[in-house]
Amino acid sequence: MKSCLVVDDSKVVRMVARKILEGLNFAIIEAEDGQQALEACQREMPDAVLLDWNMPVMSGLEFLVELRALPAVQQPIVVFCTTENDMAHIQQAIEAGANEYIMKPFDSDIIESKFSQVGLI
Amino acid sequence: MNVKDFEFISQLLYKRSGLVLTQEKAYLLESRLNPVARKWEFKGFDELVAAVRASGNEKLLNDVTEAMTTNESFFFRDQKPFTQFKEMILPHLLQNRSSTKKIRIWSAACSSGQEPYTLAMLLSEAKAQLAGWNVEILATDLSTEILTKAKQGVYSQFEVQRGLPISYLVKYFKQDGDKWQIDEKLRGMINFRPFNLLSDLGALGRFDVIYCRNVLIYFDQPTKAKVLDGMAKMMPEDGFLLLGGAETVLGISDSFKLIPGQRGIYGLTPQSDPIAAQKAS
Ligand SMILES: C[S@@+](CC[C@H](N)C(=O)[O-])C[C@H]1O[C@@H](n2cnc3c(N)ncnc32)[C@H](O)[C@@H]1O
Repeated sequence: MKSCLVVDDSKVVRMVARKILEGLNFAIIEAEDGQQALEACQREMPDAVLLDWNMPVMSGLEFLVELRALPAVQQPIVVFCTTENDMAHIQQAIEAGANEYIMKPFDSDIIESKFSQVGLI
Repeated sequence: MNVKDFEFISQLLYKRSGLVLTQEKAYLLESRLNPVARKWEFKGFDELVAAVRASGNEKLLNDVTEAMTTNESFFFRDQKPFTQFKEMILPHLLQNRSSTKKIRIWSAACSSGQEPYTLAMLLSEAKAQLAGWNVEILATDLSTEILTKAKQGVYSQFEVQRGLPISYLVKYFKQDGDKWQIDEKLRGMINFRPFNLLSDLGALGRFDVIYCRNVLIYFDQPTKAKVLDGMAKMMPEDGFLLLGGAETVLGISDSFKLIPGQRGIYGLTPQSDPIAAQKAS
């Protein structure tokens, strides 16, 4: 079973994402901001990260930059999932090392389609 | 709706498009045709059916037919047919058409354009190898309304997230509010035009590759066979036919055989295995 770290400051979003991803056979870990997410990754690298952008303490982008700098045998696949729906943000995310990008609102079809594109399913 | 009306409309559909409307789909009829009734300012479904019975108005008959088609499509639909294009079909053609440097591709039921645009993106990615080549993509559909959308190449946020890699969105699309329009250059690579698969296929010329995906599924066996046999005549010996995930030639037409090891891709019979031939050379 693959693991996915769901990072979002909204409890509702985390719950919806958890439901969808559990349905796709992922084990879920949750984090409320970038800082918590980074700590989770330092404990154990997940296979995938579903990542919000705007969060208190540490943003999704700051987290991604830190994550990519961590020495790891296997860096996780990172899929942004955010309301930042413009080209400039998307480009910035890709440059920082994001593998895919979901523009909110999302549904199970979009998550499944994106996760399968990057080879997670 | 009474049985007579249902039979009349399903006959009309079958004659004009090959679509087979089964009894279980009867419920679709009213919901799909109500907007047509509104557009033509009929009082309701019954008045529309009466008008269709009475008139030879081509426009009205077309609207009714188009309303009954299913237009759903995604970029990189099912992924595999496009990975195969990139990894197997294109290398084969680059090698075997090097004297003419000409490739013709047909998207035979292109709907809102995601299928031909996916091919245009893949060809764009290979543009270094294709320098000096003449590659034509013909994209056709029965529905003129859906072709208008295809030509504009404007998609919703939802549509660009089903199957399209984000790097391609960045590279090949322009954002306009919550809509995304595909690059002018890519739009220029495709020739969109209305075409009914029930008409004489030969009129379109010959093609090295035919994508005929998720349309045969709506036809009955004799219509499927006729379309497949027609397509076989439009192909060179080493041409490729790609069908949808739920479609096959097996038991329908002997004109094509499955290319060994390549699910969903068919070649002509008899024919040497193009992949083996490619490896051998
Ligand atoms: C479900 S879409 C398939 C789109 C695309 N090929 C794909 O696989 O995503 C089916 C399309 O077939 C078209 N169609 C139905 N009957 C047709 C006919 N007789 N000739 C040409 N196109 C037809 C419909 O208008 C519709 O756009």
